[in-house]
Amino acid sequence: MPAINQSRQNVIRLIIGISFSILIIRLLFLQLASSKYDLLAIDNAVSKKVIFPERGIVFDRKGKSILENTQTYDLMILPTQLKGLDTQGVCAILKIEMPEFKDRLISAIIKNGRYRPSIFEASLSTETFVQLQENIYRFEPGFFLQERPIRSYPYKAAAQVLGYVGEVDSTILKRTNFFYQIGDYMGLSGLERFYEPILMGQRGVRYQVKDNKNRIVGPYEQGRFDSIAIAGRNLRTYMDIDLQVLAERLLKNKLGAIVAIEPKTGGILALASGPTYDPNQLTGNQRRNNFSWLLRDTSRPLFNRAIKGQYPPGSTIKPIQALVALDEGVITPNFGLNCRGAYLGCRRPISCEEKFAGHAGNLRLALAHSCNSYFSHIYRLAIDNPNERTTVNGYLRWKRYMNSFGLGVKLGVDLPSEDRGYIPDTSFYNRIYNKSWSSCTNVFLGIGQGEMQATPLQMANLMSIIANKGYYYIPHFVKSIDDPRESDTILNRYKIKHNVTNIPDTIYNIVQMAMQDVVESGTARGARIEGIAMSGKTGTAENYGIIYGKREKLANHSWFVCFAPRENPKIAVAVVVENAGFGSTWAGPMASLMVEKYLKDTLSQARWKEVERIESKEIILPIVKAKRAALDSLRLQRLRNDLLRRQAFLPLSPFDKKNHERIILAFHLNALKPDHEEQFI
Amino acid sequence: MKNNSFDISKGVDWALVLVYVILVVTGIASIFATTYRDENILNGFLSLTTDYSRQTLYFLISAVLAIFILLTDSKFYTATANIFYVFGIILLILVFPFHTDVKGTKSIIRFSSFQLQPAELCKIFVNLALAKYLSSRDIALSKLKTMFIAASLVLIPAILTIMQSETGLALVYFSFFLVMYREGLPSAFLSIGFSLAVLVVLTLLIDQDILAVGLTLLAGFVVFLFKRQISRRKSLFFVVFAIWAFCVGVQRFAVPYFFNHVLKPYQVQRIYSTVGKDFQVDTKTISEEDLKKIEEKKKAGNYNVKQSKIAIGSGGFFGKGLLKGTQTRYDFVPEQRTDFIFCTIGEGFGFIGSLLLLALYLFMIFRVIRIAERQRSSFSRCYAYGVASVLFFHVFINVGMTIGIVPVIGIPLPFMSYGGTAQITFTVLLFILIRLDADRQMILR
Repeated sequence: MPAINQSRQNVIRLIIGISFSILIIRLLFLQLASSKYDLLAIDNAVSKKVIFPERGIVFDRKGKSILENTQTYDLMILPTQLKGLDTQGVCAILKIEMPEFKDRLISAIIKNGRYRPSIFEASLSTETFVQLQENIYRFEPGFFLQERPIRSYPYKAAAQVLGYVGEVDSTILKRTNFFYQIGDYMGLSGLERFYEPILMGQRGVRYQVKDNKNRIVGPYEQGRFDSIAIAGRNLRTYMDIDLQVLAERLLKNKLGAIVAIEPKTGGILALASGPTYDPNQLTGNQRRNNFSWLLRDTSRPLFNRAIKGQYPPGSTIKPIQALVALDEGVITPNFGLNCRGAYLGCRRPISCEEKFAGHAGNLRLALAHSCNSYFSHIYRLAIDNPNERTTVNGYLRWKRYMNSFGLGVKLGVDLPSEDRGYIPDTSFYNRIYNKSWSSCTNVFLGIGQGEMQATPLQMANLMSIIANKGYYYIPHFVKSIDDPRESDTILNRYKIKHNVTNIPDTIYNIVQMAMQDVVESGTARGARIEGIAMSGKTGTAENYGIIYGKREKLANHSWFVCFAPRENPKIAVAVVVENAGFGSTWAGPMASLMVEKYLKDTLSQARWKEVERIESKEIILPIVKAKRAALDSLRLQRLRNDLLRRQAFLPLSPFDKKNHERIILAFHLNALKPDHEEQFI
Repeated sequence: MKNNSFDISKGVDWALVLVYVILVVTGIASIFATTYRDENILNGFLSLTTDYSRQTLYFLISAVLAIFILLTDSKFYTATANIFYVFGIILLILVFPFHTDVKGTKSIIRFSSFQLQPAELCKIFVNLALAKYLSSRDIALSKLKTMFIAASLVLIPAILTIMQSETGLALVYFSFFLVMYREGLPSAFLSIGFSLAVLVVLTLLIDQDILAVGLTLLAGFVVFLFKRQISRRKSLFFVVFAIWAFCVGVQRFAVPYFFNHVLKPYQVQRIYSTVGKDFQVDTKTISEEDLKKIEEKKKAGNYNVKQSKIAIGSGGFFGKGLLKGTQTRYDFVPEQRTDFIFCTIGEGFGFIGSLLLLALYLFMIFRVIRIAERQRSSFSRCYAYGVASVLFFHVFINVGMTIGIVPVIGIPLPFMSYGGTAQITFTVLLFILIRLDADRQMILR
């Protein structure tokens, strides 16, 4: 027996030893072999709180702030602390019913849990805030007020330029590789978007230890990994906010755009698109609601026509055609044409506004009288340039010219989603005319019609080129960024000088003088300004739209482009008013007011009268107006219903709410695919 | 005690006492680490409202008891073993009418603010009674009658404990079979028991049919290997066949039956969770209420183990340091002062700390076995083996469950887990051994 027992005690020892070895091997794997549990533990117990810095301020050229920050307040709820609180009182102040209160409470708990505060009502209106602030002691600690900075636009102007901020969506989250988090705000359009990295500043991060119920218990590792928030940097722009406000007044009740550029620097002084909206609509708690209405407006106030509107430039392109012909050497300034009211070089005659003999006797005369024949002819000369041997080569060379003038390409303005306009490629004509086409086929390009399309910004830039006698800087808003850093490369491309032509200044002088003649004695006499030598060019662009599925000719677009003073240009302007007829009727006077306001810094009494006259004139296609009116009445109806509901304390039914969300969503989706038909309708 | 110059320190195994004290202090420190909340430490210890102060109090009570035990005569234990056993059984029965429901267990009797768990305490009495029985004359564990009586001594309190919904504590009684094995229970029991355990684990891990095929192939292989012997003695073939039939029977019918009809569904789920599977509940035979309970337990059980693994796993090699473990400090691991106390060590002191702690336990258990083997009286030896078995079982199951290799069974880590009854039980269990060992020259009956 002892022998057996001897072996048995060893068996027992062995069993115990093996068991402990199993434990140790398992511990080895758990604690040493894998770092998975480290991350899980941090995920469990450390919360990363991002601290948002104040966004940068945008100043105009005179140092006035045109986009700044202000405070708004959110009412926060802490679900665990609600016991025994006067929730009825809160409901009364917020004008909501008990079921609605419960709905919001439940969604708050779903979102953030019971132990963490959630937003109960965001961006309180001033009235509600004041009432709540007086009574908040009654509702604490279940409710409290939390400050949140929002953007404010003191001049209520430049909405499409400055843009707006909004909550990031899932596509942005993915695109930025989760640099942003759900609930973050970022610039979604305009300068806010383009300069987002500068305006947003540097986010701070605070790591905090939380317990099993997600309550914060203290800093993680004594704040060793924390970083402080650095405020966003300010932008100094070329904009003249008074000029901008004037531009927007002039565009009131009209569809169109005004762009004013400082030629020497490419700095944009004003860039307005009509109709516009008060940018303050897109801050605060009514943001989503207002946004959906702006999206549905048939006149498309969210659409920046100055950089996205694409119009046939009409006669305003003629100075450029002259420059091309001069640069190619196919004409001299003395080249003349005997035009008697029509161009007969191609199969179909092209009519000309002037009929008297000698109105196209030389370049200066032809430009001053906007002779269609003359420019059709020199366009054909450029395309059929004997140096280029074939029409295709000639056309390609002409297209290269257009592109170097900034037509048919994106200029690169510091705003997102600029459009390129349109200069057709040879493949376009090959396709349509089965490869047999000549300079006659697209002769209309010479007078800015046909397939050619340009944005108002591009047209203003063309004026800069003529004013500068052959070069331009990419038009841009921002002159400088406060506290510059080495890493700021965003402005570099605006410091590059782009030389476009090799034409001597003397010939430029002729073009400039011809354009001055336009204002002094030609088609744009209405735009003349006392004491200022202005060079300009009118344009009246034919255009077509699709109305109820039918292609129809619409009223002409009214164009005017100019720069002043001629000897030392300080401002170049392009104005387009959709469907407003002759360039001299509306666009000319508007541009002249812009120039005068900028150069003289003020307008006389009589000129302000003129502003009021233009402002009050409504030029909108009837069909757009009708659709807009229908929408407005719908909106009014909604508002009235909402008001009635609030007064009657009728809570919104869940169905209503869902429906509403769906509508907003549908419009968000629509906004993503631009609808070209709607541009004209 | 005729000898006036009686010295209680005479013959005491100081190494064991030292390890005991280290473990208890580590336990208090761990409870402190998980429950300390920036209060005044002195106040915390004196107020008796904090868990660590109460654990300290239990330690002091245990220490007083230990001294009393060292002052008694060893013969007292052989003389009263059976009486104590009967007393223990009565206590266990008294629990049924007098228990207080605490967290789903029906095993606790409450006196004002203190709680008593007889199922815990009873381990001492069973150990004493078993030692007494196995050391009596004319018994041999090879005899069926002896086996039956010994098994009954252990299984009666085990069954009573199961009836109080304390399956974990009941399982501890099975560790006494290790004592019986040492005292001559045929080895076949050990190998059969081990084989059965392997078979059950395989049943859990492998698909029923594949396992059956595997077993058949194995049987065929055995027949092929011993074909010469089998051709000489045909009965051998039937032995192999019988074993095969038994094994397949177990994995195809016995285990599913046991899981579906004997164990509670949530217990089955816990077992399945350990191997990382879901228990396929037979929805026809199970009530709605039980189904809900399974889901609940599944969630809670998985959560416990997951959090405990995270806590221990994040400790790394050196650990995060005392009071620096984020997981154990902020209540991510449920029950971390009681059954999951090992997490605190794992997170705070890492692999090194865990290894040291396990080494301490291993040392203690091997020391107890060494003590057992140096006893002259078989009563003391049986008792010592009982202590070793109980300690081993507790440590292995408890630590194994926190690192996810054993199903979640709620039993405390000896000397460390928070709880008065457990603390006192283990102290008494250990110090009776030390007392007996001090008199190792005596023959006790």
